[in-house]
Amino acid sequence: MTAQTTLQQAMPHQAPPHQAPPHQAMIDEWYPVGLVSQLDRSGRHTALMGEPIVVSGDDAGNPLVTGGNGRILPVKVRYGHVWSSLGTPTKDIFSIPEADQPGRRFVDVGVVRVRCSPLRAVENFLDIAHFPFVHTDVLGAEPHTEVQNYTAEIRADVDEVWATQVKFYQPQASKSASGGITTEYMYRVPAPTCSVLYKTCPPRPSEWDVITLFVQPLAEDLCDVWPWMALFDDETSMTDLIHFQQMIFLQDRSILENQIPRLLPLDPGMEIPTRADLTSIAYRRWLKRHDYTYGAQLVAR
Amino acid sequence: MKLYDYILSPSCYKVRLMAALAGIKLDLRAVDFHPGLEHRGPDLLSLNPAGSIPILEDGDLVLTESSAMLAYIASLSAPEWLGRASAMETAREQQWLAFSSRLTATLGGARLHEMLLRPGDIAALQAGGVASLRELEAGLVEQRLAGQAFLVTDRPTIADIACFPYVALAPDGGVSLDPYPAIRLWSRAIRSLKGFIEMPGIHRLHELKPEPHLEQDEA
Repeated sequence: MTAQTTLQQAMPHQAPPHQAPPHQAMIDEWYPVGLVSQLDRSGRHTALMGEPIVVSGDDAGNPLVTGGNGRILPVKVRYGHVWSSLGTPTKDIFSIPEADQPGRRFVDVGVVRVRCSPLRAVENFLDIAHFPFVHTDVLGAEPHTEVQNYTAEIRADVDEVWATQVKFYQPQASKSASGGITTEYMYRVPAPTCSVLYKTCPPRPSEWDVITLFVQPLAEDLCDVWPWMALFDDETSMTDLIHFQQMIFLQDRSILENQIPRLLPLDPGMEIPTRADLTSIAYRRWLKRHDYTYGAQLVAR
Repeated sequence: MKLYDYILSPSCYKVRLMAALAGIKLDLRAVDFHPGLEHRGPDLLSLNPAGSIPILEDGDLVLTESSAMLAYIASLSAPEWLGRASAMETAREQQWLAFSSRLTATLGGARLHEMLLRPGDIAALQAGGVASLRELEAGLVEQRLAGQAFLVTDRPTIADIACFPYVALAPDGGVSLDPYPAIRLWSRAIRSLKGFIEMPGIHRLHELKPEPHLEQDEA
């Protein structure tokens, strides 16, 4: 069985026929589809929002992405990854100014597949309250479970979700941290399936470490997650940096695969959010406002 | 003692777990298995032509099979973890150690396919995993009926450690553990051991909830 047929079998939630093209807003967005460092001529056979695609590179290293019927899809290279779109993107890939800052190390963490909605993968990344219970003794620990007050907003000028002044006690905030510190975070959602996290940088207190989660939506309930980092850390080996982030993300994976409902609910239903969920609420509101509904559940059940 | 290690590898975790339970400190050398495929590079292939991890080095000794590593660590400092009290124990231990490679090939293969996109026939891997789990469940039920909580005898041995990780991580490969109550009890018993350590996807036991209290007159 090829990877392609497996993918197609794994897509139970085909969207029902709509009057207007469904999910047009998300079709016109950019998505990560592979690592630049792993481009080869035979290509990566994968999918984007249900459509089989092939991501390959020529001998000069130029990426090529083709869609299900062989048509050439838009392509860009940014932040260590190849990006593509099924539609016609109206704007460029969001900017991460820190990616051009000298002295940072850029870490391709590598792909991890998760059987969950791409939107749920992002939402989980935005949550702090689960740290002591899922990332025990690393990103959190009992009894330090309180999420202090913070600010979450949809910034009109840049049209992004931002959470700032997030503070949390962490036993081992990063590979370069020794001992527990109160870490400060800022979260940013610049695209429906991408989030950028700015975090206290222990070796360089005047700067922020940048940790991103780029999510490739394969289906409404299946995604490939590509974490990427831009860090100030001259001590830790690249492999240790990769393993630290993979360890964190794999602690989340089993939780994500068991969330119910599988799709992210955008309408109030059975859930009762708390103050700690401010970022999630802003994210869901922003998704709904833009009709970013691929992977979302619109009618409360 | 140096372990060529990958944080997400259940086979490497077997060795880390056994060392923790036996009170042995390992010198961990991280291998970029994913996405770097370092275990297939010239340096590690010269150490282990099979191209697999873990690899354990202790002086001149180089081991490339995780079951041998478990036996070595237990023999060094935790001999009670070896099933050597009778011919029956020795045989059962060897039986389950060999059986553990089937878990690696089936459940481990399914997990690599579903999580890290390694090639494979996922339906066959999952079906093989279910067959292995059913066999393990039956074995554990037999042990329970004989009053024994673990695979070989009434105390844990290296055979339990060899089988535990791929079983506990079966859901990562899309194989549910819901149908196997004896496996869940056994997993809980292993996670309760003094010195137990976790790996991503295998969580520690949270504080046990207090027993529900029933008043005399309600009974």
